[in-house]
Amino acid sequence: MAKVQLKNLEKVYGNAFKAVHGINLDIDDGEFMVFVGPSGCAKSTTLRMVAGLEEISGGEVVIGDRRVNDLPPGKRSIAMVFQNYALYPHMKVRGNLAFGLKIAGKPKAEINEAIDRVAKILEIEALLDRLPKQLSGGQAQRVALGRALIKKPGVFLFDEPLSNLDAKLRASMRVRITELHRQLKAEGLSSTVIYVTHDQTEAMTMGDRICVMQAGHIMQVATPKGLYECPANLFVAGFIGSPEMNLIDARLDGSSFSVGSQSLPIGPHLEGRLSARPAEAVVGTRPQHLSLVADGPAFTAKLANAEFMGHEVYLHADLEGRRVVSVVGTADFEALGRSEIIRLRPEPERLHIFDKTDGRNVSL
Amino acid sequence: MTELATFNDLQTAPRARLKLISTAFRYILLFAVGFVMLYPLIWLVGASFKTNSEIFAGAGFLPEKPTADGYIKGWQTSTPYTFGRFFWNSFQIILPKVIGTAISCTLTAYAFARFDFPLKKILFGSVIAILLLPNVVTRIPQYILFRDLGWLDSFLPLWVPSALAGDAFFVFMLVQFLRSLPTDMEEAARVDGANSIQTLIYIVVPMLAPALISVCLFQFMWTMNDFLGPLIYLSSVDKYPVSLALKLSIDTTEAFEWNRILAMSVLTIAPALIVFFAAQRYFIEGISSGGIKG
Repeated sequence: MAKVQLKNLEKVYGNAFKAVHGINLDIDDGEFMVFVGPSGCAKSTTLRMVAGLEEISGGEVVIGDRRVNDLPPGKRSIAMVFQNYALYPHMKVRGNLAFGLKIAGKPKAEINEAIDRVAKILEIEALLDRLPKQLSGGQAQRVALGRALIKKPGVFLFDEPLSNLDAKLRASMRVRITELHRQLKAEGLSSTVIYVTHDQTEAMTMGDRICVMQAGHIMQVATPKGLYECPANLFVAGFIGSPEMNLIDARLDGSSFSVGSQSLPIGPHLEGRLSARPAEAVVGTRPQHLSLVADGPAFTAKLANAEFMGHEVYLHADLEGRRVVSVVGTADFEALGRSEIIRLRPEPERLHIFDKTDGRNVSL
Repeated sequence: MTELATFNDLQTAPRARLKLISTAFRYILLFAVGFVMLYPLIWLVGASFKTNSEIFAGAGFLPEKPTADGYIKGWQTSTPYTFGRFFWNSFQIILPKVIGTAISCTLTAYAFARFDFPLKKILFGSVIAILLLPNVVTRIPQYILFRDLGWLDSFLPLWVPSALAGDAFFVFMLVQFLRSLPTDMEEAARVDGANSIQTLIYIVVPMLAPALISVCLFQFMWTMNDFLGPLIYLSSVDKYPVSLALKLSIDTTEAFEWNRILAMSVLTIAPALIVFFAAQRYFIEGISSGGIKG
């Protein structure tokens, strides 16, 4: 059973570049935590500090109830799955699986039993006598997973494990890893996971909670639903969700907010949520929550492009010189006819107001 | 269709003939140049079966009356020892030297390629400096050192520098090879609980194998051919390696028995040739490849 705590964790490189800025995070036992963020946001560095592969410049990493800062990776009760599998090229699959246990000095019978157990779970029995170069990407990743699983670690660390696979395989491995996590949890085995990815689909579908990072800072930690519905700041709002949230510069005056020369009433729902009234504001609305309307209060925009996606259409429109996207049903789009001027209304319940100066969401 | 096929045939027939002529020409040229370059070696083998008087009679390599006399008498030598003894001495020098080189250079290269330690840059710079230094410069200080240690007329001066990673070229070659290898596997091994030495033995050395084989082959061939080292440090004939023994037969006989010298020369180059051809694949892989592709 292992819970992981990061306390004021810092990473400063030799050239004085500060990669991680004193982050604090508690990961519960058995929790599936995803670190997500753009390239260079230090999510992998943070993971590697937990693993012991990167020196910790400041703060603490606690796994279970032990401070592990000065322990070598092998003594931290962790297992890691690497992006390019990192299978030992000269050892057969069996050797790869057994290596950790052999180093730990486990008896041969126990090792063989463990190999059989893991091979069965991951359906790699037929691959045991192959060399890594004889495996496909998906098979290699399953072996890498097996190598982690066989150790029965307290914490599993995944460093972008699916990014080398093709889209179809990625989707099936995503499901497999999630199911495996559930299975381990159901069996009462330790199953804390820290999973690093830059793919928000992976983050949203796999994580119990997601930690969004940017430039060595944690921007928000929340459940996938929490992140999607209540982004704490402009960065999270823009990063999570596809297509991206529309973020439009706006002014709040009295009971309405205006974009360019057009304005809409704030409405009682949004009014109740506002914790501040920033002078310079950004209005955020997801494309799915910006609907086509025939009448009532709405913004008028000029249709620039329509992308047909099958069951829905992405409308790209020009709103007072700003590009906005709206996702509408195919029927609604067809009802539009040849009109170039469209009327778009953001759902007030799902509208967010951000302070432009510090990016904070003031409408939570 | 038929007309088109005929037209095509008309077009392709001369082209095919031209290609054949060009290929034949290229091969003839390659064989000719190859033959010219290999001729001294071929002549050496041929002449070792000739009689002494025939050797200088012409430039042809085929002996008129082939005789193994050169081999039989050459093997006996003019010393109390047979050539077998000198081969054994060469082997006694080469084996510890190759093993020592492989171990010491691997350890040194691993340290330079994978660890950070104080003065690393300066130390690596000095490795490169040694690489560029002519061997002659260090001969005298080394000789005085080994003399003071009482190591003269023993194999120690030939073994010890190599066992202490004294061959900067090999260290440099292995460092470059290691730098091109991804570190993921080593990190995975550390996560699996292996310490630095275990990682080196179980993970790094197997991946380093092609480069390591090249190092061993180079060291084998250079030691086999080394003349100056044994000449300076060994004074007893019973410790002479083959490179010195060959010279010995020129020195001690009044009229040179060239067929004996040539016969023993053939035997001397044989081990190097055999080892090279046996390990050719690894050798070329080791010096040409930049490691394992991700």
